[in-house]
Amino acid sequence: MTAAAGAEGIVVDPTRVIGPVEAALRARRDGGGKCLVVYVTGGLGADWLETARAVAAAGADVIEIGVPFSDPVMDGPTIQAANDVALDGGATPLGILDALREGDVGVPLAVMTYYNIAYRMGLERFAESLMAAGVSGCILPDLPLEEAGPWLDVAAVAGVEPILLAAPTAPEERLPRICERSRGFVYGVGLLGVTGVRSELAASAVEIATRLKQVTDLPVLVGVGIGTPEQAVEASWYGDGVVVGSAIVQRMVDRAGPEGVAELVAEFRVALDA
Amino acid sequence: MTLQEPTPDGRFGEFGGRFVPETLIPAVLELEEAFREAWADPTFRGELDALLADYAGRPSPMTECHNLSEELGCRLLLKREDLNHTGSHKINNVLGQALLAQRMGKTRLLAETGAGQHGVASATAAALLGMECCVYMGEVDVRRQELNVFRMRLLGAEVRTAMSGSRTLKDAVNEAMRDWVATVTESHYCLGSVMGPHPYPWMVRTFHEVLGREAREQSEALLGGPPDVVVACVGGGSNAIGIFSGFADAATDLVGVEPAGGAAVGRGVPGVVHGMDSYLMQDEFGQVLEAESISAGLDYPGVGPEHSHLAAIGRARYEAVTDDEVVEAFQMLSRAEGIIPALEPAHALAWVSRERASLAGKAVVVNLSGRGDKDVAQMMEILV
Ligand SMILES: Cc1ncc(COP(=O)(O)O)c(C=O)c1O
Repeated sequence: MTAAAGAEGIVVDPTRVIGPVEAALRARRDGGGKCLVVYVTGGLGADWLETARAVAAAGADVIEIGVPFSDPVMDGPTIQAANDVALDGGATPLGILDALREGDVGVPLAVMTYYNIAYRMGLERFAESLMAAGVSGCILPDLPLEEAGPWLDVAAVAGVEPILLAAPTAPEERLPRICERSRGFVYGVGLLGVTGVRSELAASAVEIATRLKQVTDLPVLVGVGIGTPEQAVEASWYGDGVVVGSAIVQRMVDRAGPEGVAELVAEFRVALDA
Repeated sequence: MTLQEPTPDGRFGEFGGRFVPETLIPAVLELEEAFREAWADPTFRGELDALLADYAGRPSPMTECHNLSEELGCRLLLKREDLNHTGSHKINNVLGQALLAQRMGKTRLLAETGAGQHGVASATAAALLGMECCVYMGEVDVRRQELNVFRMRLLGAEVRTAMSGSRTLKDAVNEAMRDWVATVTESHYCLGSVMGPHPYPWMVRTFHEVLGREAREQSEALLGGPPDVVVACVGGGSNAIGIFSGFADAATDLVGVEPAGGAAVGRGVPGVVHGMDSYLMQDEFGQVLEAESISAGLDYPGVGPEHSHLAAIGRARYEAVTDDEVVEAFQMLSRAEGIIPALEPAHALAWVSRERASLAGKAVVVNLSGRGDKDVAQMMEILV
């Protein structure tokens, strides 16, 4: 499949290949719905894969599998704690990918990890391992556009969708450059800060979604600081949907079990569909 | 050779770069531009020079160690950064960055600290310039450097304990970076070593070149030329690069000394953490290993990218010493010369002591990067 015609004034490259993550999100958007991407920490507890399946069944369009890293500088206390538990339990990048290859989750997948995990494995091998595990998307929050070149080239050859982040601090000219190289969707960072639940939706979430929608036809999702269905709905008025992380991971850390996590995902789905 | 400016993308050879979240990219680009502009401005340079002289006490002397030279069989000289205000070389960099931050309109200084020396220097500069200051310090270090925690608070800084990971310097950097991501509009991250994303490794080196220049002149005066060997301890590598910068063009051996439990150059493989591509102690999956050293200031699994480059091209070499050797050297200098060194430069002295046979007859300059007051309580527990 190639890209459909874009919104007015936005140039769309008709030869661009659309991967599974982008296809799923476009399908949701084209059907008039709002996209829901849910973060699940890989290797957290014995039932994390089952949790991912339950999350898919509860209405997530795409699942982001967190591959734990020892020094996650873009993550707040909740995801850090989940990381530590998973690492202490022996979670490894290859172990998580092996498990994903064995068990079909039911929706397109992306990993979220930090650049050193890919760098250490070797970029080619990392990309091939993702594809072999049935993971098409990849988010590396410590790899800004300036440093992303080698990875974007490798990802393109392997067929991985590198999902780039766009921050509230980005000057105007930067956003189109990010969107041009991003695949799957463009991840609008909802606030100045790290992942974690906040009591209110930041004004910057609305701003970044609005600014991104003006420059791209890619699905625009807002993540970081989306903790409640109400916040998800509000952010989705301006963009195409949301990424929900810490609120979900907190349930995993609290050992709510696959059903307990799925229940919360269903609340997000119902709110976004209303 | 002299030490080079990094490439426009912040590389020293293959090492360096700007591996930070998108949120911080405008800040590191703005910082680079502001630094270039300030460094070319005689007014800024004049202000900094005046502070270094009248407030920090520069130039620091170079002391010839007659007693220890006789004992070791080489000609040993110390660059006395321990005599600077706040007790270490860290003040050179901090005064530069604090002035720059003020010029950029920032109101808050953010810092990480291991031994507490960089935290104390940051708190000091913030007090002087009327800025807010917040210092992150790992829980383990808060315990072993209690005195410096109190000093920072006395100077008006807020000290926040980093409870994640190994609870040492690495984790203090993580917490400082998380804070910076959230407060980048008003905060300047006053990084304490030649590490992190471009322009830090280069900017921090530039602020420390003053000590290298002085050491070169003092060597000319005392030795009639550059020494045979220059030795410095390496955590992130700021005191080492400062002194190396004065001798990079001479036929002087440059030796960096790492703790055996935190030997990034010695035991590391290239990796990316804290914004830079550099040698890093990590496992087969890319998880960063926890360093383990008696010295809080060197307890770091990474190293500044320019050191990785100097090691890769063979211009400097990097050696490791054990905690036991450091404890010996700490006492050796105290007894022989009446100078209590910080545990960090005691690493450099430990290497000289161990290598005395191969150094026989040579002129050796050690960068005494800090004084030992902060370490006395910890050493009392070990020795008494
Ligand atoms: C006295 C002293 N020397 C050295 C260091 C290590 O830092 P660097 O390797 O950047 O010189 C420290 C750090 O706390 C220190 O306090």
